Amino acid sequence: MAEQNGREMIARRIAKEFKDGDIVNLGIGLPTLVANYLPEGVEILLHSENGFIGLGTVPPPGEEDKDLINAGNQFATVVPGASFFDSATSFTIVRGGHIDVTVLGTLEVDREGNIANYIIPGKMMPGMGGAMDMVVGAKKVIIATDHLDKHGNPKILKKCRLPLTAVGEADLIVTDMAVIERTGEGLVLKEIAPGLTVEEVVKNTEAELIVNGSVKTIEV
Amino acid sequence: MNKVTTLENAMKRVTDGMTIMLGGFANVGTPELLVEAVVAKGVKDLTVVCLDAGLPGKGAGKLINARAIKKYITSHVGLNPEFSRQKCSEQPETVLVPQGTLAERIRAGGAGIGGFLTPTGVGTLVEEGKQKLTLNGKDYLLELPLKGDVALVKAYRADKAGNLVFRKSARNFNPLIATACEYVIVEAEQIEDVGVIDPDQVMLSGVFVDAIIQG
Repeated sequence: MAEQNGREMIARRIAKEFKDGDIVNLGIGLPTLVANYLPEGVEILLHSENGFIGLGTVPPPGEEDKDLINAGNQFATVVPGASFFDSATSFTIVRGGHIDVTVLGTLEVDREGNIANYIIPGKMMPGMGGAMDMVVGAKKVIIATDHLDKHGNPKILKKCRLPLTAVGEADLIVTDMAVIERTGEGLVLKEIAPGLTVEEVVKNTEAELIVNGSVKTIEV
Repeated sequence: MNKVTTLENAMKRVTDGMTIMLGGFANVGTPELLVEAVVAKGVKDLTVVCLDAGLPGKGAGKLINARAIKKYITSHVGLNPEFSRQKCSEQPETVLVPQGTLAERIRAGGAGIGGFLTPTGVGTLVEEGKQKLTLNGKDYLLELPLKGDVALVKAYRADKAGNLVFRKSARNFNPLIATACEYVIVEAEQIEDVGVIDPDQVMLSGVFVDAIIQG
């Protein structure tokens, strides 16, 4: 699958999950693209964990403000209606359930909704930053990820092997192959990418997928 | 009342082995002059509390390069590759804390709160060594307050009584650490006479501030 098309499909599909007025936090990388594909009539406000709501676009060259960056250390702007606050308030918003949706990438996710996305022991140990608070506090957690890792191995597992970011918090998983919902019974295959069969998606997923009668093709 | 002083005077309170809290997020809102003065003083064995490890050679990164830190309490060191490149024997003992928990621990330290219960970190490496409590069917970790000896704060405006205004995303941890430390030094871009800043616009009361230097 062409990687760029896959990423765009993931971003477009996730954007359809938002409701007008949602407060949304987007993780770094692929999740950031989601803001480019909001459906008509849907306005959201983006939370930036370093201390504001109302994150806007990247400023044009020469118009950067030394005091205004996003949580990924890029210069940022704010939209009308934005507000700034300190870090305790920022995480009052996060932990207190005032974020409607968070979208984040992951290294692994499993059938119980466990998420592992902040550490590879011995290799990558940058620290968890705000990720643990975010997935625990947001009302809805959407995982945006390639279905397979760069070695071609499934990222949706029976049980996460890496240290966890949080237990049982993933609600929806959107990949370049499928849309999968976590329910009390397990992972339900809801939609598959155009050109794929259910069998191909199941074969590329380590966790058992529940397939009910109607699996739709992803529409973007 | 005039809390404006010289850098040299303010640094008299900084000594070996103390706990310093430092403001900033990816170096935005970091008091660069104060960090440089701590490095220049040559103090050692510091415990530093800071959201991140700064950027290479900037902010907290200067303290790291100067090998001034014994213990580092932080949430994220990924923006400063020099931190992880240091030999293990030279790296400070590092305690990783989720960002929201770090903010709230500092807030608790400044507010006289003995600890708090958070769902963040339950079922992860973060819960190691901590008391876990179940209330109304939900699991929480007991997190304890953090206090410091000296806070290094960056403000946009200060009046001579120490009332502060921060700007945009440079606020971050600055008003929190100012409540949680014995001695609070502010590096302000603008210093005003008392009464110039509208009391309604003050973001941190001067009650928390001990010394102000011109940034």
